[in-house]
Amino acid sequence: MELGLSEDQEALQEVFRAFFTKEAPPSVARGSEPLGFDRALWERLCTTGAAGMGVPEAAGGGGATLSDLVVVAEELGRAIAPVPFVEHAVAARLHPAADVVDGSSIATISLRPAGADGTWSLVPAGAVADVVIGVDGADLVAVRSTPPGAAPRNHAAAPLAHRSARAGEREVIGSAGDFDRALSEWEVATAASLIGIAAAALDIGVAYVMTRHQFGVPVGSFQAVQHALADLPGNIDGGRLLIYKSAWAGEQPAPGICDPDNNDITDFATLASMAFVFAADTAAHATDRSLHFHGGYGFSEEYDIQLFYRRARGWALVLDDPGRECLRLADRLFGPAAR
Amino acid sequence: MDFALPPHVEEYRRELQDIIATHVTDEVIDRQHRSGTFSSPELNQALAARGFLERAIPGLGRGDPIELWVLFNELEKAAAPYDALATTIMIAGVVAHVGTEWQKEQILPGIIAGESIACLGYSEPDYGSDVASIVTRAVRDGDQWVINGAKMWTTMAHEADWVILLTRTDPDLPKHRGLTMFLLPMDTPGISFEPVPTMGTERTNATFYDDVRAGDERVLGEVNGGWRVMTVALAFERGVMGGTNVAVPLLRHFRHWAESTGLAAEPVARERMARVAIDNVVATLLTQRSAWMAASGQLPGLEGSMTKVFASENYQKAVRWFQQLAGPAGLLQFHEPGAAAEGWIDYDARHSPVTTIYGGTSEINRNNIAERHLGLPRTRKAQP
Repeated sequence: MELGLSEDQEALQEVFRAFFTKEAPPSVARGSEPLGFDRALWERLCTTGAAGMGVPEAAGGGGATLSDLVVVAEELGRAIAPVPFVEHAVAARLHPAADVVDGSSIATISLRPAGADGTWSLVPAGAVADVVIGVDGADLVAVRSTPPGAAPRNHAAAPLAHRSARAGEREVIGSAGDFDRALSEWEVATAASLIGIAAAALDIGVAYVMTRHQFGVPVGSFQAVQHALADLPGNIDGGRLLIYKSAWAGEQPAPGICDPDNNDITDFATLASMAFVFAADTAAHATDRSLHFHGGYGFSEEYDIQLFYRRARGWALVLDDPGRECLRLADRLFGPAAR
Repeated sequence: MDFALPPHVEEYRRELQDIIATHVTDEVIDRQHRSGTFSSPELNQALAARGFLERAIPGLGRGDPIELWVLFNELEKAAAPYDALATTIMIAGVVAHVGTEWQKEQILPGIIAGESIACLGYSEPDYGSDVASIVTRAVRDGDQWVINGAKMWTTMAHEADWVILLTRTDPDLPKHRGLTMFLLPMDTPGISFEPVPTMGTERTNATFYDDVRAGDERVLGEVNGGWRVMTVALAFERGVMGGTNVAVPLLRHFRHWAESTGLAAEPVARERMARVAIDNVVATLLTQRSAWMAASGQLPGLEGSMTKVFASENYQKAVRWFQQLAGPAGLLQFHEPGAAAEGWIDYDARHSPVTTIYGGTSEINRNNIAERHLGLPRTRKAQP
């Protein structure tokens, strides 16, 4: 039993923490609004090999595991870096074309199947992606088309866009069922980025309440403030462990089990869904408390916490209401609802 | 990362599950709930017969430390009466760490054989969270100590062979520094108890110490070193020793009943059950982390605090959700026809308030996390 990162993963974490700290301070996220994409940052990220890191070496990629992607995704989340690393890394594993592996073309996935009219709705990174992979009817398709370059104005300043599953260079790359694994990988990696947001929000909140004084003392010396912040490390650490366990489950050769009666769950898709819901709730709660303890300044645009607050919600809600995800999770855990 | 248990631990877990299946019968559970005594001698002796108690005692070096966590995880999942065993094993661990050879010989064999129980004498009627201010006195008289005072919440005193007793030996020293821990046989003249019924099923006790005489051989650790002994005990208690997975049987009991009535098909019920299942996985992972840290020789104090707050607060939320979903059937108790989950929902609802109180209140644990993990300034005025 080993609940920590390997030495290689610790090195990976250090490298990407340093990268995002230097290349993506909060001013970069702020400066990228409203589109939420910084091309120069994406190009610098690609020089690290990150774009194709999760693609097997035989296909020209870095051979990284899902656990490795999770490590990088958390660092991205801490920096709220405006680059579609998670979507691209997952898409690249589905469709490792050379220009996707090197990041010269941006790839993403549609989280929902195309509608009857062939539209994929509000695709994450859809505003900037050159390649969109998703389900259309019974097929898994990859469509190359010109990205719109603009996103509808949205809560998280995220580069969302509707994309067509039909217009453009369309290639059938599998059947609809082949997408399930990718969706679970997206859930795990997104969960990691959300935990990164939560961790950063906690650090920002603690730093603020130590420096802001009222009534002659730091605001952080009031017990009400302390107690609300004290709930966050357990949620963040617990969420991180759940994400790590999900990634580990996704790497096991044999299928896992799903036994909620005995709290024995090693099935990848189940754990991925759990990790996603928990991380979404944790990020929403942590950013909410951190913003609140900034007082009025937390509500102002000038302070950074509102950037984290909006992304905690946007990066998760792009999938669906977490409550509806819980209903799908209930079907996995308990079997479908009996009529 | 590797979340699989080593093969010898999986083997241990399977054997444990067999013992539990055989010995935690409906009759045992029924007796626990009728008497309010959360202890089963048959179960303890069955575990002892296979050497499992010896392997579980922290610091004795006779088993994998991860097994301590597995033992209580499995007992908790089965809703077995393990509470007395948990306290006893913890006290055995403290004795293994700081006890004299004579003390180890006195207390450990009976515990390892599953035949003796130990209870905790820390809190007093006037001092709970502020345990460092306790007033039970141990005064030197010749070559003996004479102990006078009273303790509260001394659960299992009515069946225990041993009490680990926190006393004040030097009132002139700052409060944390004048404390001494004693390890006393419960049949020492002068020790008595009275039952304290609770709104939950469990009964606890008040214990009284009237001119109790004890020799130096009964001092556990150093004279005036009692606080250090307590911190060793607390590190074992919080987050590894159980109490963090009680929502697992709650969910199991609720869901099976809800499926029999059709409630389990309702979206609100399904969403809540799924959310409780998530919290159960996270609570176990946090507990597992503490166990993993302890197994590598670290003292997971803050991690234990985080685990305890997370697990107990979420257990209370789960109880609230499920009792409400059950409607009036959630009010009915064991053996009443129509009771939700045969009465388990009412049981959990009456039990849950104590979980954010005992073993360190949520507030004390949050103070610890805020001050020592987040580095925020201490909020209480320092007391001499």
